[in-house]
Amino acid sequence: MTTTTPFRYIGKPIPKADALERVTGTARFGADLKLPGMLHGKVLRSPHPHAYIRRIDASRALALEGVKAVVTAQDLPPLEDARAAFGGELMIDLDHLRRLTIAHEKALFEGHAVAAVAATSPEIAEAALELIQVDYEVLPVVENALDAMKPDAPLLHPNLYTRTLGEKPSKPSNIATIVEVGFGDLEKAWAAADVVVEQSFETQMVHQGYLEPQACVAWVDADGRIHVWTTTQGTFNAQRMLSALLKVPLHMLNVIPAEVGGAFGGKIYVILEPLAILLSRKAGRPVKMVMDRAEVFRATGPASPAYITVKAGAKRDGTLTGLYAKIVMDAGAFPGAPVQGATWCIFAPYKAPAMKVEAYDVVTNKPRVQAYRAPGATAAAFASESTLDMLAERLGLDPLEFRLRNAAQEGDQNVTGQTYGRIGVKAILEAIRKHPHWNTPLQGKNRGRGLAMGAWMGAILTSSSQVVVNVDGTVQIVTGQVDITGTRTSMLQMVADMLQLPLDHISIRVGDTNCTPYTDLSAGSRTTFTQSAALARACQSVIAQMKAQAADALSKPDRRLTPEDIEYADGKFWVKSDPEQVLPWRQVAGLTRTRGTGPIVGTGTVTRLQPANEFSAQLCDVEVDPETGKVKILRFTAFQDAGRVINPIQVEGQMQGGAVQGIGWGLFEYYAWDKGKLRNPTLLDYREPTALDLPMIDTCIVEVPAPDGPLGVRGVGEPPIVPGPAALANAIYRAVGVRLTKLPMTPETVFWAIQEKKQAEHLQAVAGDGA
Amino acid sequence: MTTFPLDKLSLRTQVRMKVNGEPHVLLVKPWQTLLEALREELGLTGTKEGCGNGNCGCCTILMNGKTVNSCLVLAPEADGAEILTVEGLAQNGRLDPLQKAFIQYGALQCGFCTPGFLLSAKYLLQENPNPTEHQVRLAIAGNLCRCTGYDKIVRAILAVARGEVQ
Repeated sequence: MTTTTPFRYIGKPIPKADALERVTGTARFGADLKLPGMLHGKVLRSPHPHAYIRRIDASRALALEGVKAVVTAQDLPPLEDARAAFGGELMIDLDHLRRLTIAHEKALFEGHAVAAVAATSPEIAEAALELIQVDYEVLPVVENALDAMKPDAPLLHPNLYTRTLGEKPSKPSNIATIVEVGFGDLEKAWAAADVVVEQSFETQMVHQGYLEPQACVAWVDADGRIHVWTTTQGTFNAQRMLSALLKVPLHMLNVIPAEVGGAFGGKIYVILEPLAILLSRKAGRPVKMVMDRAEVFRATGPASPAYITVKAGAKRDGTLTGLYAKIVMDAGAFPGAPVQGATWCIFAPYKAPAMKVEAYDVVTNKPRVQAYRAPGATAAAFASESTLDMLAERLGLDPLEFRLRNAAQEGDQNVTGQTYGRIGVKAILEAIRKHPHWNTPLQGKNRGRGLAMGAWMGAILTSSSQVVVNVDGTVQIVTGQVDITGTRTSMLQMVADMLQLPLDHISIRVGDTNCTPYTDLSAGSRTTFTQSAALARACQSVIAQMKAQAADALSKPDRRLTPEDIEYADGKFWVKSDPEQVLPWRQVAGLTRTRGTGPIVGTGTVTRLQPANEFSAQLCDVEVDPETGKVKILRFTAFQDAGRVINPIQVEGQMQGGAVQGIGWGLFEYYAWDKGKLRNPTLLDYREPTALDLPMIDTCIVEVPAPDGPLGVRGVGEPPIVPGPAALANAIYRAVGVRLTKLPMTPETVFWAIQEKKQAEHLQAVAGDGA
Repeated sequence: MTTFPLDKLSLRTQVRMKVNGEPHVLLVKPWQTLLEALREELGLTGTKEGCGNGNCGCCTILMNGKTVNSCLVLAPEADGAEILTVEGLAQNGRLDPLQKAFIQYGALQCGFCTPGFLLSAKYLLQENPNPTEHQVRLAIAGNLCRCTGYDKIVRAILAVARGEVQ
């Protein structure tokens, strides 16, 4: 939609629409709901990472006073459509989703749900869990993706055959998928290069770390209608998954969104909801389930660990000749590691005549991963951006100029074969070149500056919203689009400008699945981008309907007016040929009550937009203490192409929050495993960054309009997490001369890397003396 | 038998507390935390449980004027105490300057950690009305936020300290 007047709200720092309820403690999150007669559900989880379940005896638990229901895998209806698949970002097929929800014949990770209990109090439910007897036959543990790929590795799934472009394999394997994409001749590329660098990298399993544990209340009413209040990124996705898992038609299944206390990709799959519904159906009462923090760590979907090898070649002048990567990602217990995200992103900011990526999606005895902000991209960028820095150094080139020389732009090709539309890589790098941070020399011992880029393809899927005009002229946006990042505010701003009405005339309601039109989940940085197009259509429809009303009302016996005769701007309708004949918006809205022609409801839906590829870069200055290995961040600037900023406070907030998650991934966070058992399932031992670990996070936004969509908006949520670990690794290298290739770069790791370097230098000096 | 003493399930202890200025007499389970008592018995769900073991700060409240993680205090320990939760910050329909500043500076996203931050900040400004940036960071180091990267939270608190938000 094009508006003739300049925007009044788009681009302005409008305070968050739902902020007041958040600062007064009245926002209702998943665990805040209480229903009359409500029971409390708890989950019995496997203590073994890999074990057959021979027998479950719940009779003693059921005999405990206050216990109202126990469910196991037996309570799920049988699988019908094994080909159905769900997800949004990381797909999972229905059979695997069933087995992930509750273990069938095998427990596949520590914390895998085995049974669930509903009781009149949380204490009784917990006591009942201890009374359920499970006979396990413990199996050898597949601890990581490299072990899982060995020919003699124990198999997690007897019927998992590798999907590849080649022949169907004859034997099952822990390798679920092999993706191979690329173009050009790499052998020629290496031959043409003056310098070729090859390096392997490793990242660990990390968690999204949202502060709100998963929580839901389910109630199966007397008619068999299911009501689920839950903290999810996508009510309709949850509804579809629950419908398939429980064989209930969609109209009998209402998913009601609770406020989401952080998600970052980790609240996409249903997890407690199916168990709560099964328990409620058995008990005939509402059932509430809330995870504790250890369950969140063990039994939700963290982010994939990865092993990545990158090879890059360039000519002396810095022109890349070829890029290659082998990516092995650990999906946890069921297939679906983010290999596609990693593949698209790993070389996305650059062009080269030859590129190839081989990627492996591998299962192990760990929790099944979910998306985590730009899934796959952060590990990929850690590998590629570190390697490119090594290459720039070998060539004696400035890391910024080297990246600019190879920056991809419109018409260049991603490794996947996608040809880019308008993208912002060069604009970002030019912004860095002009930025005071880049132009302020960094002085002092053990200090270094690191630069890295990040990318995200930008998800699309289907988005819908309705714009409803009330008879007093006020407007509400009715949508099923869950707000996880402040999208209620950006949607209000867009609609206010699209309808040319004051912002305070408009409200927004995120409704349940029975009351709103289908819309896909809020993930993949797709919400504001796709909703900008959906809302534009809804607003066009509203204005067309309002024009029809105005035409009718302004018609005279001697002259029937049509909507084409009516002009609209700034809350007023008038006759094109006679601008004196005016009706205000409010009056036209009021007509709909009595004329039998209302109500005015505009529905907007989009499914096919050209992707709005997103790029970012980060610059950080660190000081390394060689005595302790501690890395102190002195200065940090996040750069990003936002396409068009709808709300600068929110864009900055996404950039700062994402950057800090990247810093956590780079410096502190990891799952500490001991033969498939998690040693650090607390927020003390799993170390998320605190305010004390950080400086202010400066931001620099560039706006290169996206090629599609009415406003040029690009998603902004994913890209800021991507560059951090690589930018830190590059900074640490420049500070103390050690190249770290494993995350996280904890003080201990940095310390030992420095010791090794000293040792090597010492040995070299001794050898030199000897000669 | 289970490790939980089921025969003790019906035990209740009387606790008197003044919460956000209002006196209350509660019958709580002796093992119930102050957090649970506030949420379950008084319906004050603004105080959140993020971890249940004192690591995330989401359940921060003021007890007798000092910050505590209410998940680490047993409800009977709060007998006779004065409690301030996020629901009590606004006075006579007027937001606390910290609440205003958090809105104005965009110092919250999902909002789950916000109540805890507001109370840690409230305590800081009571004890030290003119904190440095480092002192602000130190005061909120026990509160995790996963959305904002802390930048705007620190700025909002400093703005209140400087009297820029009243």
